Amino acid sequence: MSQTTTWDTDRALGRIRELEQLPGALLPILHALQEEFGYIHEEAIPLVAEALNISKAEVHGVISFYHDFRRTPPGRHVLRICRAEACQSMGCESLVSHVEKHLGVKMGETTADGSFTLEPVYCLGLCGLSPSAMLDGKPYGRVSAQAADFLIDSARRHS
Amino acid sequence: MSGKIYVPCDAAALGVGADAVARAIAEQIAARRLDLTLVRNGSRGMFWLEPLVEVETPRGRIAYGPVTVEGVSGLFDAGISEGRPHALCLGPTEEIPYLKNQERLTFARCGITDPLSLADYISHGGYKGLERALKMTPEGIVEEVTKSGLRGRGGAGFPTGIKWRTVLNTAGEQKYVVCNADEGDSGTYADRMIMEGDPFVLIEGMTIAALAVGATGGYIYIRSEYPHAFRTVRRAIALAYENGYLGANVAGSGKRFDLEARLGAGAYICGEETSMLESLEGRRGQIRPKPPLPAVEGLFGKPTVINNVISLATVPIILEKGAEFYRDFGMGRSRGTLTIQLSGNVKHGGLVEKAFGLTVRQAIFDFGGGTFSGRPFRAVQVGGPLGAYFPESLLDTPLDYEAFSEKKGLLGHGGIVVFDDTVDLAKQARFAMEFCAIESCGKCTPCRIGSTRGVEVIDKIMAHENRSENLQLLDDLCELMLDGSLCALGGLTPYPVLSAVRHFPEDFDRPAPVLPAHVGDRAQETQPWR
Repeated sequence: MSQTTTWDTDRALGRIRELEQLPGALLPILHALQEEFGYIHEEAIPLVAEALNISKAEVHGVISFYHDFRRTPPGRHVLRICRAEACQSMGCESLVSHVEKHLGVKMGETTADGSFTLEPVYCLGLCGLSPSAMLDGKPYGRVSAQAADFLIDSARRHS
Repeated sequence: MSGKIYVPCDAAALGVGADAVARAIAEQIAARRLDLTLVRNGSRGMFWLEPLVEVETPRGRIAYGPVTVEGVSGLFDAGISEGRPHALCLGPTEEIPYLKNQERLTFARCGITDPLSLADYISHGGYKGLERALKMTPEGIVEEVTKSGLRGRGGAGFPTGIKWRTVLNTAGEQKYVVCNADEGDSGTYADRMIMEGDPFVLIEGMTIAALAVGATGGYIYIRSEYPHAFRTVRRAIALAYENGYLGANVAGSGKRFDLEARLGAGAYICGEETSMLESLEGRRGQIRPKPPLPAVEGLFGKPTVINNVISLATVPIILEKGAEFYRDFGMGRSRGTLTIQLSGNVKHGGLVEKAFGLTVRQAIFDFGGGTFSGRPFRAVQVGGPLGAYFPESLLDTPLDYEAFSEKKGLLGHGGIVVFDDTVDLAKQARFAMEFCAIESCGKCTPCRIGSTRGVEVIDKIMAHENRSENLQLLDDLCELMLDGSLCALGGLTPYPVLSAVRHFPEDFDRPAPVLPAHVGDRAQETQPWR
């Protein structure tokens, strides 16, 4: 389950201080902030810019370049379904349509109740067991429509 | 002596329930008071048999698979701890034809050892390459790697030794070794398997590279889609430090080598070496024009060796056994072994390490057993999303860099994605352009704009709008992208597109898209991880 917690400047600064001395520290800092809060809060941008002595525009530019960094809180669970070629060859597109229907959202969206964020991913390296998916960081191979339903429903029950 | 039972911790094995199987096995061991130690090994790379459980016996390791949680107690009833027969018993692991018919050099230990046991690593020949390298001059090491014929396994196939020589000959107080572990190509997972199954071999390879070129710092740039690999590599690095294999005094030699694993952030383009450097330096992963080569001006402007995981993980065995040993495998100018990854709609998906020269047909049918769906084979994409689609008539092409470029294909990182007759190559061509548009770094126009225009043109062709003019336009656009893009993303996206048009013209001339019942639904008769 992904953790989203409320913004706390001191906690953010704490994470920034741990890493700011690394050469090329921006990505490690952004990962740490996203790990801490579930996404990159607007207020983090000036703090990071100041710590690394770069402009806010540069920080923003990096956040928006990489698919991983979020600007808004994700759902309590994040389901990523692979849409790359190996999974296409095993019917991932019908799996995607099925899950979109089941959750009532499109790829890239979060359900209204905030329980699930559905995201595409281009290869999880599980291509010998396509189609594959990752739920809250756990890998799943040979994911059928029924299997996806089961995963979603059991994650819901546990949250 | 306590016996051992092995359950893989590889992400693919976890994806079909290996953790739950391991827990069930631990419970059985406790309940039956057996003198058996549970070891979490890497994967042997036979994914249709995962979770593959192995037991150590006087006859060698005996394999059982695919094991389900429900089946565990039955296996113990049948005497799995002594390697006794059972419906799931596959006999001695090494005798399974899929494995027996391989030549495992880079993957010699993967699936055999506990990935995070340095003692295991060393007792299986680990650090012998470094031991020899420490007695050699930097020139001697570079010479050995050059003579071995090793070429970059990331996809470009550039001779590793020549790259190293450039860095060695470039003056600089600070030099770096960077491992490109941004394995983003669909259908590939060899890097992931090494990082999860034998991380010390990568650390050893990087250490040897550092000695060869005079580098004191190193980074492994791992894609964020591989959280398990990242955790394993980080722990392995910490263990190497604790045991004196990294740090100020590598293996007592007085030489320094510091190594750190860094996480990518979901950008395919960061597998391109200069984008990766930008990313490591904390910027948008936009590519740098070359020259200067990274070997001269690389990470933080310093001379930098950049190699793929498999290239670096192959270095220890070359140093241990000598250049000739390695060079004797392979064909033509492709020396040594290729780590073939069988993926997609294939019955026996998995890793096949084999000397260069096996044909695509042998890989798909002899090892892979044909399509998973049981439907007729129709197309194969070798080399990831930038690789060409080949029809049945090209299946006798040997897996060799030159043989592939002759057929306007790309060997790439060795991923082979199989498609049955339900595939629509026009859709695949469209996806290639779409993927390029999603992942383009935006630096050069042919890639940034060309990919979007490519999607539009293919849509028009599929809708029968000025079909022949638009096919000509697509051809022109591809030529422009090929010649005008700054890097391989824009420059190679035409490969899958043009090969689809060339080999499967009928798919671009269909009345209206009619989709057959999808094969994916057949894949799912069981949900083993439940």
